[in-house]
Amino acid sequence: MAAADRNVAKTPPAMDLPQPENRVWKKFRSHKSAMLGVILVVFFIGLALLAPIMPIPDPSATDWGAIRKAPSAAHWMGTDDLGRDVMSRMIWGAQASLLAGVISVAIAMAVGVPLGIVAGYFGGWADAVISRCTEALLAAPFLILAIALAAFLGPSLTNAMIAIGISATPLFIRLTRGQVLNVKVEDYVDSARAIGLPTRLILSRYILPNVLPPILVQATLTIATAIIAEASLSFLGLGQQPPAPSWGSMLNTAKNFLNQAPWMALWPGISIFFVVLGFNLLGDGLRDALDPREH
Amino acid sequence: MLSFFLRRLVIAIPTILLISVFVFALQKILPGDPLLVLAGEERDPVVLEFLREKYRLNDPLPVQYMTWIGNALSGDLGTSFRTNQPVTELIGQKLPVTIQLAMMSLIFAVVIGIPAGIMSAYRKGTVTDYIANIVALSGLSIPNFWLGIMLILLVSVKWQLLPASGYVPLTEDFWLSIKTMLMPAFVLGTALAATLMRHTRSAMLGVLTSDYVRTARAKGLSERKVVLKHAFRNALTPIVTLTALLFGELIAGAVLTEQIFTIPGFGKLVVDAVFNRDYAVVQGIVLVTAVGFIVMNLLADMAYFLLNPRLRSA
Repeated sequence: MAAADRNVAKTPPAMDLPQPENRVWKKFRSHKSAMLGVILVVFFIGLALLAPIMPIPDPSATDWGAIRKAPSAAHWMGTDDLGRDVMSRMIWGAQASLLAGVISVAIAMAVGVPLGIVAGYFGGWADAVISRCTEALLAAPFLILAIALAAFLGPSLTNAMIAIGISATPLFIRLTRGQVLNVKVEDYVDSARAIGLPTRLILSRYILPNVLPPILVQATLTIATAIIAEASLSFLGLGQQPPAPSWGSMLNTAKNFLNQAPWMALWPGISIFFVVLGFNLLGDGLRDALDPREH
Repeated sequence: MLSFFLRRLVIAIPTILLISVFVFALQKILPGDPLLVLAGEERDPVVLEFLREKYRLNDPLPVQYMTWIGNALSGDLGTSFRTNQPVTELIGQKLPVTIQLAMMSLIFAVVIGIPAGIMSAYRKGTVTDYIANIVALSGLSIPNFWLGIMLILLVSVKWQLLPASGYVPLTEDFWLSIKTMLMPAFVLGTALAATLMRHTRSAMLGVLTSDYVRTARAKGLSERKVVLKHAFRNALTPIVTLTALLFGELIAGAVLTEQIFTIPGFGKLVVDAVFNRDYAVVQGIVLVTAVGFIVMNLLADMAYFLLNPRLRSA
């Protein structure tokens, strides 16, 4: 088997052409809005990772002497209804948002991609069952499904991630299935089958790598959707529970103090906007870079 | 054409049945006994048993499902644990509110999204295109509940131009009703406009390079006629289909928009039901929205046929 491994090219051979990875990377690098997306995403990941070591007040520390104080030198973004530092809560909130985005999409991919491969590659009754279930799940609006699931599971950040992940799963099943249908009739898959490679290897070595690019694009864009979904659930009180900081729940509180403390509503919304914009730009850029048609 | 629709209808039935199984299973699989909420603090075993009998929870699951779906088919989705009102009645009361919101948002979405999409495709690669794309992507990235909060802050609190919340039925005071709904509709509409703009742009890009558009130009038709009559009419088919698929976004957006502007509609009903653990209402709503989505898809298919004469004879 080791010999067979060495003899079979990993991807369809492209002798004199530039390596596809290089071409994609070059195209991606020259994509201005995609680079802006990268900067935004990296910035927020940085905030989330560095939150524990930044010189900012404890996001949960209340200060009864500084209730709803407007932005000042001491509190750059002001304080909230319990005297907590808005900037600190905003920085820590990045953790909840990014975690929710990434983990829920990871759940959706972990379930959706294998199911999509099975449905697409094997067809038959497995395909029929998986496809019908996917259609049924897709018929329930994403957020309604997530709200219903989060409600049944009970409000918490973990459950919100699970609910969003399950709601996003049918997207990945359908996309993967469609991609597999295209790839499995390619010559290199036929040849792999002809030399008697076990199905497990055909799936992991030939099908998966070739269906992955559009799935990655979808994943990036779905992280954006998932971050908004988490903010929405937290806004409704179904996500991150107080006093832990989350942009959605900050907005929920801020809504009650619009008259007295408008700054409380400003920053969490701007943060959601920029991180989601970042992932959307990144996803669009990836899609353009991975599209072999345009050069 | 009729046979095509009948076939589509027949395919939709198993999907709807599957959804109903999911919706039913949701309550059964997940932890938490709604009866404990009903039985009150003491959780008297006699009361629990009585309730179990009353809601037929002692039957085997398949029997429970058959009873539930049988009732649902005859328009009975159970009663709300909270208000003791039939779920169908509750939904019937709230739906018109949300339909008004949805219709007004769609008007915003179409009026902003479609012209922007046409312009951006027509001027592909120019500054106009670039700006339109950035605006659309921003529209997709703004959480619309935040946009709502910001608008309330500016328009209602600062400038005091429009009411910040509430709902007035159309039949009661037409203009006040429209005025109250204007801001929520705009918030929901902008999100849809962004999606619609992107769909319109890509549909128009496909059409603008086609032979018949070149022919129309060669005939000496005015640019206006070429773009609107020849190109746009052909681009309309995918746009209409995709607009029908926006139904889900519309409903989901309505949930948050109604929450912010305290509009007593369908979306607020969902959230309230979720917080009251009113499972019958949640189940009913998920079922109704899913069926609504499938119906929208069927309508989109129908529109597809009507807009595209080439398919009519098939």
